[in-house]
Amino acid sequence: MATRDSSTERGRITVDGFDVESVVDRDHIESWTPSFREEAGRGRRYYAWQRFKRNRLALVGAGIIGVMVFVAVFARPISLPGGVPLLGGETVQPFSLAPADPAEQDILTGHTAPTLASITSSDPLGLHVLGTDWAGRDILSRIMFGGRWSISLGFIAVAVALLIGVPLGAIAGYYGGYVDSVIMRVVDMLYAFPFIVLAIAVIAILGRGYWELVFALVAVGWLAYARIIRGEVLSVKQNEYVTAARALGARDRSVITRHILPNAMAPVIVQATLSVGTTVLTAAALGFIGLGLSPATAEWGVMLNVEQDSIARGRWWAGVFPGLAIFLFVMAINLVGDGIRDAFDPQGEADGSDGGFR
Amino acid sequence: MAMLEVEDLNVRFYTEDGVVKATNDLSYEIEEGERFGVVGESGAGKSVTSLAVMRLIEEPGVIESGSIRFKGRDLLELDRDEVREIRGNEIAMIFQDAETALNPAYTVGEQIAEAIRLHLSYDDEAARDRTIELLERVGIPDPVERYSDYPHEFSGGMQQRAVVAMALSCDPDLIIADEPTTALDVTIEAQILDLLADVTESSDTAIQLITHDLGVVAEFCDRLMVMYAGHPVEMAPVEDVYYDPQHPYTVGLMSSIPRIGDDRDRLQTIPGRMPDLIELPSGCNFYPRCPYAEEACTRREPALVDVDTGDPADATVHEQQSAACLAHTGELRGELDYTVTVDDGREREGSASVPDGGHDDRTEGSQ
Repeated sequence: MATRDSSTERGRITVDGFDVESVVDRDHIESWTPSFREEAGRGRRYYAWQRFKRNRLALVGAGIIGVMVFVAVFARPISLPGGVPLLGGETVQPFSLAPADPAEQDILTGHTAPTLASITSSDPLGLHVLGTDWAGRDILSRIMFGGRWSISLGFIAVAVALLIGVPLGAIAGYYGGYVDSVIMRVVDMLYAFPFIVLAIAVIAILGRGYWELVFALVAVGWLAYARIIRGEVLSVKQNEYVTAARALGARDRSVITRHILPNAMAPVIVQATLSVGTTVLTAAALGFIGLGLSPATAEWGVMLNVEQDSIARGRWWAGVFPGLAIFLFVMAINLVGDGIRDAFDPQGEADGSDGGFR
Repeated sequence: MAMLEVEDLNVRFYTEDGVVKATNDLSYEIEEGERFGVVGESGAGKSVTSLAVMRLIEEPGVIESGSIRFKGRDLLELDRDEVREIRGNEIAMIFQDAETALNPAYTVGEQIAEAIRLHLSYDDEAARDRTIELLERVGIPDPVERYSDYPHEFSGGMQQRAVVAMALSCDPDLIIADEPTTALDVTIEAQILDLLADVTESSDTAIQLITHDLGVVAEFCDRLMVMYAGHPVEMAPVEDVYYDPQHPYTVGLMSSIPRIGDDRDRLQTIPGRMPDLIELPSGCNFYPRCPYAEEACTRREPALVDVDTGDPADATVHEQQSAACLAHTGELRGELDYTVTVDDGREREGSASVPDGGHDDRTEGSQ
């Protein structure tokens, strides 16, 4: 950089003899040349992933979820229904980890207790490791297979709720004014109903069934995301890069999706992860009060429902094991959720004690 | 016809406390390739003016009246799509705080390339090449590797260079630089100003430079406008303003510049502060802080007039020095008696109340 003559005129002091030109013109004094390269550029997601990987509890949680999903998927073979254009009627997943057909009934073996012998046996087939329920159905198989209902309900309901809540919240926060008022008043109104009562009302209207249950869970689930994302958008849109993007002629849509949402999503991702757990719990609760899936399905909450009186009658295994499955999954989700929250919040890690102030 | 013609611009913010009059009958012009400075204290309406030109005034702000003609088209009458075409493409903006003007979620290169893809409809490959070219042009070393760096991996000066590159991306005809060097230290400031001077000279781009640093304006600009409380109070070529300021506020700003080697105990300031833009004082907005204020100042609002003739200022005459002070229309009984001393020993007097001349030789700062 050459000297700036004008800058020396600004004050009353003039410096002579500080010859900047000689620095530029001379040969290098030694072989050292400044290096402007450090390690390759990486985004916040990368650093968040690095922090997440170091969190053992969160990894354990992720492992538990992975195993449970794996078991649920491979519990019984999956055949596509005939109507599907590609691979219709074919079996796409031939493996069968579950020792018995979860729907196979045998009244004679009803309420078989799990015994030490059956657990340690090398060949569990037909021995009912976790016992059987009132209809003689193998509880281990039902839990493995039932994960398909319970776990998928959690993930699908949360995903759909995100798809509704995030755009609505982002629009409310970005445009403000009447749009904001209308959307947020709807949210406030729905919040006025207790969570479970609203879900019950929806099911009472629509009737029982898998997608009806998803709908009920979504109807109450999207509210939280809309609120969180609106608040975040309100603060993110104050950033100068949002004005800068608009000053460069970007459309509203691309300002929201490219510049605002990526910087506003972290708290929503945390909330969504944690609510996969609560959604599974709610689904189980609805199943328990008889508003979930049909009593014949192996969904964990429904299994608890049909065996409501079993513990009182000494048949502890019929209620404990499905309950344990719910507990294990929700706990694992919470561990992962905490891990994600810490990963997105570097300050929490730095002071080590409590998880920041979010 | 000048490239940018702002005429009688009135921007209002309707807040719960009342109506904020952010700019009042503001008129100015910028020629092609001209460097136009806008100076004033915080809250004088400098940034609002530039946002108005970009049509980026947001609720509760409204452009109430006036016109902003860019190359003959009134920007205030264009629809949203047409305005978007102009933003970034023909008028670009450089922001004060480069750190917040860059989105932390994307690499610097992607952000610059976005505007290029949008306006010049380049494909990804071509946009990338042009971005690397731009990064090189603004003096970022290793532009190929720096393309995929995130903003937080840039230093403050580099971030501001990247922001300049973003503004240059589509070869705009006018760059509005809103305090582009305020957040930087002095050496980086000098580099960025050099860079801006280089790129604007090579492509004949006009710059509207908003700043509160009179030193920057002195080095960089051809003409300048001094704003106070949403009003233009003085507009003239830079030399005229510096050697011969004609408005007490300009003089106050200049006497407030701290200098190395100064033997004063305290920094000089202008007493008081900018009035509340909701309830402006009657008459001249500056009189509560003006050492030359008289009773007439509280009653009559001075118009921007040609200081030589006392006739109403004409925004289209660029060589004219105009100021909004009653002294220039002969309505002030006293005189603006200050002197401006320049380093080289020459002394220039504040030639106040020009219609009938008459000087007094009190020195700067004696009030």
